[in-house]
Amino acid sequence: MQLQNKRPESLLDVKMHYCPGCGHGTIHRVIAEVMDELGIRGRTIGVVPVGCSVFADAYFNCDMIQGPHGRGPAEATGIKRAKPETIVFSYQGDGDLASIGMAEIVHAAIRSENITVVFVNNAIYGMTGGQMAPTTLIGQKATTCPEGRTAKQAGYPIKMCELLATIDGATYLERTTVHNVPGVIKTKTALRKAFQNQIDGKGFSMVEILSMCPTNWGTRLDNPSEATKFIAESMLPVFPLGIYKGQQKTN
Amino acid sequence: MYQGIRISGFGGQGVISAGVLLAQAGMMEGKEVSFFPSYGAEMRGGTANCSVVVASDEVSTPIVTTPDTVIVLNEPSLAKFEPMVKPGGLLIINSSLVNSKAARKDINVLYVPCNEIAGELGNTKVMNMVAIGAFAAATGAMSIDAIARALPKVYKKLKPEVIELNIKALQRGAEFKLN
Amino acid sequence: MAEKKLMKGNEALAEGAVRAGCRFFAGYPITPQNEIPEYMSWRLPQVGGTFVQSESEVSAINMVYGAAATGVRCMTSSSSPGISLKQEGISYCAGADLPSLVVNVMRGGPGLGNIAGAQGDYWQATRGGGHGDYRTFVMAPSSVSEMANFPDKCFEVAFKYRVPAMILADGLIGQMMEPVDFTRPEIDLRTIPEPAWALGVNNGREKRMIKSLYINEGCLEKTVIERVKRYKQIEESEVLYEEKMLEDAELALVAYGISARVSVAAMKLARAKGIKVGLFRPITLWPYPKKRLLELSDRIKKFLAVEMNLGQMVDDVRLSLNGAAEVYLHSKPGGSLISAEEVCATIESVVKKGAKEYAAAK
Repeated sequence: MQLQNKRPESLLDVKMHYCPGCGHGTIHRVIAEVMDELGIRGRTIGVVPVGCSVFADAYFNCDMIQGPHGRGPAEATGIKRAKPETIVFSYQGDGDLASIGMAEIVHAAIRSENITVVFVNNAIYGMTGGQMAPTTLIGQKATTCPEGRTAKQAGYPIKMCELLATIDGATYLERTTVHNVPGVIKTKTALRKAFQNQIDGKGFSMVEILSMCPTNWGTRLDNPSEATKFIAESMLPVFPLGIYKGQQKTN
Repeated sequence: MYQGIRISGFGGQGVISAGVLLAQAGMMEGKEVSFFPSYGAEMRGGTANCSVVVASDEVSTPIVTTPDTVIVLNEPSLAKFEPMVKPGGLLIINSSLVNSKAARKDINVLYVPCNEIAGELGNTKVMNMVAIGAFAAATGAMSIDAIARALPKVYKKLKPEVIELNIKALQRGAEFKLN
Repeated sequence: MAEKKLMKGNEALAEGAVRAGCRFFAGYPITPQNEIPEYMSWRLPQVGGTFVQSESEVSAINMVYGAAATGVRCMTSSSSPGISLKQEGISYCAGADLPSLVVNVMRGGPGLGNIAGAQGDYWQATRGGGHGDYRTFVMAPSSVSEMANFPDKCFEVAFKYRVPAMILADGLIGQMMEPVDFTRPEIDLRTIPEPAWALGVNNGREKRMIKSLYINEGCLEKTVIERVKRYKQIEESEVLYEEKMLEDAELALVAYGISARVSVAAMKLARAKGIKVGLFRPITLWPYPKKRLLELSDRIKKFLAVEMNLGQMVDDVRLSLNGAAEVYLHSKPGGSLISAEEVCATIESVVKKGAKEYAAAK
């Protein structure tokens, strides 16, 4: 029998801390596969956010850096400008990127920093225990909006791809999902484009990935498909998939 | 030797550049010098002033609070800076733009029509040079020649003929004598 | 030696930093330090460096954090309100052991305050400023020449001990012009090996991580204790100060930065009146020259701190002397310059009457 698939070299063989059904593990794997395939592992520096994926620095097999909440794009700017020969990606959650780090992500796009941003949108604060995120849906329950988010009290969920698409410096923006297999495959294609753009010096690329947070969404343990269903039925209408800026889809 | 100078006028009258020039000239003559500008939320047409110290010893405070010499290039500056002049010190007044006379009797006052002289030379912009030419001659704190040599160091982009014009203005200013 | 050049403090600092090997600068406009980013914007590209005008001070310090992680000599500058915004990043630099240089050209505070020179950020600079247990190497220049020459020392210490360094200047030193000698030789970056912790192209080596999160029990404690050992070394080896006319002094003025300049003038006035006054000028504010101050108290029994704030450094004078001598204060907050005459009057009172405290500010 032939070995069909193996752990990417860019992902270390360590036990991840993520909850069962969480999307981070899948997204890590897809990034690692892209790094392997593009042959950039030896010159890649990953910037991890504050949030559940803060521990991702232990999982990727490349140089990694942790910094303050939301400042990933600024850190990535410093790294990339100081060492242009490196490939820099910033991995950020919705609280990190779309709330506390809004200025940093917007201005990194404005400057068209030649970096790759992986934006994981699960519509909730994970690590702190399920508080309302800037992307929490109207009606969605969170520990700081226990009766469900209302527009009157907390405004509307922010759509980052749509927002950044108005910026001239944003080279490539795509929203994908990892709640089903076709989504994972498309996510990988999008990430490959986002990294390739950086290799080609094309400027700012971001892939927004809709991802599951079964724990903080209160998904029943005996029915994990509730989480994928939440993305399909509730998130997709608010966060439509597709390319918001940049090249047309390729296979 | 210690000479503390305060220069004041409208923004655009060359207050700051005249101060830098004096500091540069003093340094080129081997003196200890400092220059300190008023700075901040200022705009064209606002007031500007600066402190210059030229001394034989290390300069302590760069802000001159009791100046040996005050040069006022506009009317509002006279009211503000005349009271500061050290007793026995020198007040140079640009009489082209300042109509009032100095009130104090315990200081030396030199009225110099800087704008008129600069106009005669063909460019009113050099009025600040007339004023500091008068200062150099009246105090002996530095030579006109040192200021002339400092000119191309401070105004790096000036054409030789404009430098020449500035030197002429310095010399015309130096012709003014006390009493 | 090169010809002396008349330069503004801020510009001299920027040029000094470039000569000291600074190759990355990020900053945001704020008076009275604007000449530093302006200078860097054209100067750094000349030497293959990078200048970024960031969207905020917060972003600037985080760009520096990122650049520092690659082992590059990097800096940011700001003035008081902007330095408050940078504190988060400075704490992270300390927590991740990243050498970097932060310049504070102080202005009056609190709040928006004013844009005049002041010394109100002493506590912030020397006590940490940001959250957590850490120290920042802090130097206080009192002349344009020191503005030019201190960045080099800061980078040296920052890289040797892996700590953030700060130059605590003020609006007066930043804005004034004086003749400058660049006394330290220009750094040849090719002679400096890349730090063993720097992120970058890995050429097959083990992956490296820059982090300040140590969530497992005891791990953070271990890290901090290791760092404290380096702080101890800095306290042993990197203290700098200057003394003027202390040999016969009955009273020592203690002042840094622009206040030290005014104190020299006050000292001369007092000596002209027959009062034996000297000056002790801390050049490093952390580490503070505690030992030397205590030694001086064998002979000198009166110390007068002179500061342009409500009295901050005077704490360190008291801590250093620990009761071994009398400590007085002449202070002036609000971004107003202390005059030599005022200080001289306080000297006279302290020497003659021995009164407890004199704050010029009403």
